[in-house]
Amino acid sequence: MEIPRHWRLKKQRYALIGEVCPYCDGKIFPPRDVCPHCGGEARNVYPFSGKGTVYSYTVMQDAPAGYESQAPYTVALVKLEEGPVVTAQLTDLGEQAVEIGMPVEMVTRKLREDGGAKGMLIYGYKFRPVGLGPH
Amino acid sequence: MGNENMHLLKTDRPVGVIGYGAYVPRYRLPAEETARVWAAKGGLPVKEKAVPGLDEDVITMSIEASRNALARAGIDPCELRAVWIGSESHPYAVKPSGTVVAEAIGASRHISAADFQFACKAGTEAIVSAMGMVGSGMGRYALAIGMDTAQGRPGDQLEYTAGAGGAAYILGPGEEALAVIEAAYSYVSDTPDFWRRQYQKYPEHGQRFTGEPAYFKHIDEAGRYILEASGLSAADFRYAVFHQPNAKFPQKAGKDLGFSDEQIKPGLLVPVIGNTYAGAAIIGLTAVLDIAQPGDRVLVVSFGSGAGSDAFILRVTDLIDERRAKAPSTQAYIARRTQIDYATYARYRGKLDLG
Repeated sequence: MEIPRHWRLKKQRYALIGEVCPYCDGKIFPPRDVCPHCGGEARNVYPFSGKGTVYSYTVMQDAPAGYESQAPYTVALVKLEEGPVVTAQLTDLGEQAVEIGMPVEMVTRKLREDGGAKGMLIYGYKFRPVGLGPH
Repeated sequence: MGNENMHLLKTDRPVGVIGYGAYVPRYRLPAEETARVWAAKGGLPVKEKAVPGLDEDVITMSIEASRNALARAGIDPCELRAVWIGSESHPYAVKPSGTVVAEAIGASRHISAADFQFACKAGTEAIVSAMGMVGSGMGRYALAIGMDTAQGRPGDQLEYTAGAGGAAYILGPGEEALAVIEAAYSYVSDTPDFWRRQYQKYPEHGQRFTGEPAYFKHIDEAGRYILEASGLSAADFRYAVFHQPNAKFPQKAGKDLGFSDEQIKPGLLVPVIGNTYAGAAIIGLTAVLDIAQPGDRVLVVSFGSGAGSDAFILRVTDLIDERRAKAPSTQAYIARRTQIDYATYARYRGKLDLG
């Protein structure tokens, strides 16, 4: 189990809380010490809108440890409207086909359990097709 | 105020709903499919029920409903002073759902977070508590949620209806409300109609005992008292929402209190999403608020086994028009529908033994 790590990462995982660079205004996700755009020191919190588009995707048939019960599932590179690209599962697809360029929105879901049925539940961002109405 | 309304729950200052949000998961299991598997004959209590996806539980569903409520309320989540969640399917036996939800929606650390348990009325129990917090001035805003991923034993009657969904309400000062809570009342008694013991996966119920002495008795007592104490009758209301374990019970309870089908139907969601337990009455209310007009009065009466009812009288204000479009409607969630078969349902609900 990696309890301290899950605890440290919860803000960015639950709600896509990243950073904005105070020098070049670049939006940064995941948060880090140095701005990848200009090399300045990054520390200002920035909540991302959660809106983006599918940049690319693949279907996981052979899932890594901890994700077996969810297979098959779709993993996508999602280009956030603020710029950064994140890797995340797509969810709530139903029978909907995934397409590159498809608009998606962030939802917070159960990612996995760490330590089986006795372990802690790990929650974090996934993306689903937009279409429910205003957000 | 005369003696006759001494039991109404009155706040020191006006309190109302300033934001609300619904959530229903995408998947639907038709009751016919459950009947097919168990070779059951006879009438079905609902058309279909909502089933959560593999990555959903009361915490994730509460997060989405709360984000919808915040969008409508238009407040900074740091202004909340409480995050209270009523459910009978909290993901942890010990560890609050409320802290995860609070963190995910961006609430501050300076809040009360708690999980409520009172079978199907845990959500309205949280709302009554939130009324107390806001109405006493302890906090300006409080978030109260009722959400469930209900459990039904395979083959049991409850399996046809045990659904998933619920709603989140942000309570605040009456002058900021899209619906002012004019009155509230709680009525409880020790009635063993339904329970789930510690470590048990599925609930037990008292068969026919769940009707007259439990559901109808408590809804009727609570509904009748709040109407009489407020000097109102069914004719003063545009809508009425009752706890809905199946389609028949709330319609009978409503008729007994003098309400018509037209008043009950807009908030009667159980035929298409199933019984969402702690979410059932209050997601009926979100569907009503989605269409209500300023000035409309709404009666809500929940029921929780064990047993008790919370009754509320709400009066919709002018603020409804600008706020309701700021988040997806309840009907939009209901329309987002993917039908599944019993085998997929068994997988999604963890009913398969993977060895």
